[in-house]
Amino acid sequence: MADTSVAELRKTPLHARHRASNARMVPFAGWDMPVEYSGITAEHMAVRTRAGLFDVSHMGQIEVAGKNAAAAVDRLICSDASALSIGQAKYSGLLTPDGTFVDDVLVYRMAPFHFLFVANASNVKKDFGWITEQIRTVGDAAAVDSSTRYALLALQGPASREVLQPLTGVDLSEIRPYWFANGEVANARATISRTGYSGEDGFEIFVPPNMADKVWQAVLESGRSADVIPCGLGARDTLRLEAAMRLYGNDIDESTSVLEAGLEWTVAWSKTEFIGRDRLAEQRAQGVTRTLVGLEMMDRGIARHGYPVVRDDRPVGVVTSGTQTPFLKKAIAMAYVPPELAVTGAEIDVDIRGRASKARVVPLPFYKRRRG
Amino acid sequence: MAYPTDRKYTKDHEWIRVSGDTADVGITDYAQRQLGDVVYVDLPDVGRHISAGESFGSIESVKAVSELFAPMSGEVVEVNPRLKDHPEAVNSEPHESWMVKVRLSEPGAGEPLLDAAAYEALVKE
Repeated sequence: MADTSVAELRKTPLHARHRASNARMVPFAGWDMPVEYSGITAEHMAVRTRAGLFDVSHMGQIEVAGKNAAAAVDRLICSDASALSIGQAKYSGLLTPDGTFVDDVLVYRMAPFHFLFVANASNVKKDFGWITEQIRTVGDAAAVDSSTRYALLALQGPASREVLQPLTGVDLSEIRPYWFANGEVANARATISRTGYSGEDGFEIFVPPNMADKVWQAVLESGRSADVIPCGLGARDTLRLEAAMRLYGNDIDESTSVLEAGLEWTVAWSKTEFIGRDRLAEQRAQGVTRTLVGLEMMDRGIARHGYPVVRDDRPVGVVTSGTQTPFLKKAIAMAYVPPELAVTGAEIDVDIRGRASKARVVPLPFYKRRRG
Repeated sequence: MAYPTDRKYTKDHEWIRVSGDTADVGITDYAQRQLGDVVYVDLPDVGRHISAGESFGSIESVKAVSELFAPMSGEVVEVNPRLKDHPEAVNSEPHESWMVKVRLSEPGAGEPLLDAAAYEALVKE
């Protein structure tokens, strides 16, 4: 548990603030990040009932610009980039020729010829290399890794809008989910996006790194009466899992296809060409051999990443993510199983450190917020 | 939180309080802070013999699972019934939340133990 490697870890612009606030820090994807401030349960509940503030500046930004930018992005992702309006964002897969994930990304259309990808911290370098290579043939389009130009804060939870509104002239009620606007927050130039990774309403706020601490403090101050609290990566993980949002490296990677991961809704089949399309079309025709499902534990214990899924004493699949959820108060997991077991109510066992524990297949997501 | 001086500690962050030929075993405040919110405590059955250094149970927090190691050898004579429904007591009262009572087969033998001051120095490093 010694912090011997901290010196080599990267630090977000809010690092000093986390340290000064006594957050518990852990290495994550090469960054020294807060895993919890006041405790995962308390932070998770804050986001479900009020709001919580996260530093997600470790996420990377890659921008693609040029006259043929839309064509370039359309080649790279499985969703329809050309159909995006200026100010609109979309969750999509950056795919290999096998229809598996180089990364999962949010794609923002900043301007007619300008797109921005938000990428997983662990994948930024790989994504940038891949994107640069793949758009070479497209014509006028160039990629830039602009990760160091942005700090990224996520304010998540039902109280987010009322907490953020006093700090900005942008009318937040005008920003629909998965849209964004440019403006200012606490006098810092900001891009305000109605997106997140919690299953709750909320905003992700891109600000210049040197303004991050000021904006962080201003949001917490504005949220004081609503009891908004700073949150770490621990709660971010339990929140996203309740909402069944996939985590790269756990639930999806270069060996899992979009169809297996249950993300076919991101695929624009109307596009005649994108990287991975042929293989996915084939897979769709033949059917997949495994599929990602939700599990609820019936026996005590938590199914965690890598634990085998067993049926009649035979291994049939693997758990990709699992936790005890603070809000639903049960042990849940996601796992790859053969399609014949991907039926609500199907019973399987999870091998929890040598002990077979019963679980049943439940629909995803585990948690869905009420839309008002 | 202060480390009580009525007991000894291990480098695996357990505490052990011996009285006569039995001992209470729990985990330290430092350990519970590293684990975060505890959601399950998995303990052995009464009557089981555990050997010093052996894993005899596990603690699950929201984010991780951690094994419990026996600081001394003996027979489990009681497990704390409260922890089944109130695992969070390990977080709120780590030094009161004993997990098992063990009748020691070799009092005095077992893992090297630290006193409160030495343990406190260890976790301050």
